Amino acid sequence: MSDLLIELFSEEIPARMQLKAAEDLKKLITNGLVEAGLTYSGAAAFSTPRRLVLTVQGLLDESPTVCEERKGPRVDASEKALEGFLRSTGLDRKALEIRNDKKGQVYFATVQTPGRLAAVIIAELLEKSVRSFPWPKSMRWGVGSLRWVRPLHTIICLLSDEAGAQVVPLEIDGITASDHTSGHRFMAPKPFLVTGFEDYAAKLKRNYVILQPAERSEMILQEAENQAFACGHELVSDPSLLAEVSGLVEWPVVLMGSIESEFLDLPPEVLRTSMKEHQKFFSLRNVKTGRIERFITVANRETADQGDTILKGNQKVLSARLSDAKFFWENDLRVAKADGMATWLAMLADVTFHNKLGSEAARIKRLVSLSQDLAPFAKADPALAKEAALVVKADLASEMVYEFPELQGLMGRYYSQASGLADDIAQACEMHYAPLGPSDAVPDAPVSIAVALADKIDKLTAFWAIDEKPTGSKDPYALRRAALGVIRLVLENELALPLLTAFSKAYPGADTENLLGFLHDRLKVFLRDQDIRHDIIDAAVAMEGSDDLMLVTRRARALATCLKTADGENLLQGFKRANNIVMQAEQKDGVEYSYGADIKFAETDEERALFAALETNEPVIKKAIQAQDFTLAMESLASLRPSVDGFFDAVQVNTDKQVVRRNRLNLLSRMRSVCLAVADLSRIEG
Amino acid sequence: MTVDVPKSFQDIILRLQTYWSSKGCAVLQPYDMEVGAGTFHPATTLRCLGSRPWSAAYVQPSRRPTDGRYGENPNRLQHYYQYQVLIKPSPPDLQEIYLGSLEAIGIDMDLHDIRFVEDDWESPTLGAWGLGWEVWCDGMEVSQFTYFQQVGGHDCHPVSGELTYGLERLAMYVLGIDHVMDMPFNNPQTPIPLSYGDIFLQTEQEYARWNFDVVNTTMLLRHFEDAENECKSILDQEHLDPKTGRKIIMAHPAYDQCIKASHLFNLLDARGIISVTERQAYIGRVRALAKKCADAFVLTQAGGTPQ
Repeated sequence: MSDLLIELFSEEIPARMQLKAAEDLKKLITNGLVEAGLTYSGAAAFSTPRRLVLTVQGLLDESPTVCEERKGPRVDASEKALEGFLRSTGLDRKALEIRNDKKGQVYFATVQTPGRLAAVIIAELLEKSVRSFPWPKSMRWGVGSLRWVRPLHTIICLLSDEAGAQVVPLEIDGITASDHTSGHRFMAPKPFLVTGFEDYAAKLKRNYVILQPAERSEMILQEAENQAFACGHELVSDPSLLAEVSGLVEWPVVLMGSIESEFLDLPPEVLRTSMKEHQKFFSLRNVKTGRIERFITVANRETADQGDTILKGNQKVLSARLSDAKFFWENDLRVAKADGMATWLAMLADVTFHNKLGSEAARIKRLVSLSQDLAPFAKADPALAKEAALVVKADLASEMVYEFPELQGLMGRYYSQASGLADDIAQACEMHYAPLGPSDAVPDAPVSIAVALADKIDKLTAFWAIDEKPTGSKDPYALRRAALGVIRLVLENELALPLLTAFSKAYPGADTENLLGFLHDRLKVFLRDQDIRHDIIDAAVAMEGSDDLMLVTRRARALATCLKTADGENLLQGFKRANNIVMQAEQKDGVEYSYGADIKFAETDEERALFAALETNEPVIKKAIQAQDFTLAMESLASLRPSVDGFFDAVQVNTDKQVVRRNRLNLLSRMRSVCLAVADLSRIEG
Repeated sequence: MTVDVPKSFQDIILRLQTYWSSKGCAVLQPYDMEVGAGTFHPATTLRCLGSRPWSAAYVQPSRRPTDGRYGENPNRLQHYYQYQVLIKPSPPDLQEIYLGSLEAIGIDMDLHDIRFVEDDWESPTLGAWGLGWEVWCDGMEVSQFTYFQQVGGHDCHPVSGELTYGLERLAMYVLGIDHVMDMPFNNPQTPIPLSYGDIFLQTEQEYARWNFDVVNTTMLLRHFEDAENECKSILDQEHLDPKTGRKIIMAHPAYDQCIKASHLFNLLDARGIISVTERQAYIGRVRALAKKCADAFVLTQAGGTPQ
């Protein structure tokens, strides 16, 4: 048994790629080992900005010998066939065995593939993995043709056991595997020798490299929180930034600094975004004032002056960045106050939304009209919705949004407030892009809802009209997200919005039925996460009013709940049975059994019981459906179960008495109609 | 370690020249045309193509009309200097050599935090891309470090290593200056000390006004067309010069026109009269020229084709 250590040491690997690369390395190598018959007891992969590392423990020293029996030609087959078989097995004729087969006497060969040394297998495997590594982007360098994420410098490939460690002989494009690596680029650049994974990790730490990304993250987080706490601040949590920063350092050193007072009046989002995007700083909020007043930067080294020079430098860069942000902010405020953002709106006439769909200004015009139309459904004042739609996109022309596109909407809110617009409008500016994903907050203020819906419905109908629908994994205009936005806006605000009507008032020329189908598909995906099966949604979509997603969802939810009960499940089986019987009879007889059944032809108590149950429940169900109380409708439907079960237990539908048979079929047909009025149960699977 | 600290902007430039000269680079002079970045110098754009080794370093004045701030912003200028190094093939220790250049200009490696942060370079106007980093010194971008993969639509083989230093920003950092206009250009101890502002404040104001509000856009549009047509027409000429009887492919004169078109586009962009759609179209037109020039260059001696 041996342990394997692999280190691929390169120039700086982009932070965002490191974790996946480590996993990929592990997958490629361990899968390859298993495939080659080399089993192992454990494996782990790590990454730093300059290295991908894999350790595999308890690895077999060689792969087992494999015996394989192969069937050859018949003994009386041509000489050529036999020669071919001998060539492919590498055996001579004497080694073959003749056995009786169904077709006669046949040659059999036993082929032994001898085991191979682990080192040989690993050398092949690592070279193959390096050459075919799935980097999102890779490059060549110098005169070579090898591709890696950045120039690859050295490779450790080491097999070790109690007896000692051995370098696996291996060379890839001039890089020969060794048992040496280097530590921190600046703090410990001298190469050193390693004898195995434990030795490697320990020596790395002595040479100022923390191998495990999680350990680096933890160090950063703890130290940042401590320093923040010590001065009455709290760390603004940002997991994605933390992950990125821990991929930028091998030896994290946390430093805290202050934001100069002249910048503290900038909107907190601007401070955060500027610090994060440009400098990868964490924001610290003063617990007392609630403002962001300090920052954390993470350096990659210790210095004799305790990071003083580094912090001063960072502070200076921050001031320069923030003075840029302040410049944008003040210019933008001037524009917003001067003419209520009219300058920006004029500029948007020259900004193309999409070359087949005209300018942003043209889009605003559509949004204004559509927001007014949708306002009543969102219980918003149409005049206010109109006014909001007119300005929600204005900030796209502002300098701040040009610099930080991710602040779109939010800056709109600030600028609307500055230009004296109503709070509802300012809020709509910020919220009309929402929700941007499955967990993003959904607007709940009427004006925001109206404009948010208009924003998405305009986008969907417009791209449908020019036939730019999402296909497969391609969705460049984020139309799936827009559709999910419509769904969440409708469901979470419980809006009764007939979408086909809304579509007809939006961008002309879209295939609205097809678009509705797209929304139904997205609805299925959305509700699947709430444990509602797709066939249940199909059953609800098949009903009238399917463009009202709230209606569809209420029906589907009630149906899903009902089908989880024993009564519901049995009633479904009863329905299916009735449906089959009636359908078969209709097919056979060539008539429709939709005439009212008459109780006077009932021969058994069970028939009469079903009559009675239908008589009682049908009006209840009808009323409940009219009131969109699907829970009550389903409950009432489920209460038919005993009589339906009773009917099928005791009554034979087919009888010689035609009158009685027809009456029974009509009775089942009536029961079927009652069910189908609630949902199309025929679409339920199982 | 004590570090000999430079005293002026030009001191830093001179040190870079000396350093890269000592590393074997041909120290070239700026290209005599308006360009947006040092990359546009034919010593980079064209010389990174083809198989012949190359090693050059130079200062390049760079013009970014949209970045004009009338000299008020502490570090944004419409005219600034880049220091550019291009070595083909990229040496295996280019990172270390580069770090040596930072020491040469007075950055004490023991006190600062130098980082290589992913920043893939792409120039849609040059049809070029490469992978590399922006180099951070204490959170400030001091250089761009790129391994060229493709330029003018041609795969780079061998690969060039390219370094670009934003000289003002770097110098301000090293000299501890907060506003670019306050930076000593020559030695402040000399009888006639000149600051960066003494030399460039007025020009920043003049150009900002001209770029943003005055430049005649009809003329710019016309010049753009002219440059585009001239570039194409130069490259349409027979390779064989009827007068000398020699094969002379005029890749460089054609490329000058491409540079012109690119700068004219930048001026038009600063005037804000180019819509998003048009923007793409203009960039595409410049790229088409750059590609044609690259196609022509690789057929020349310098481009690696024996004549």
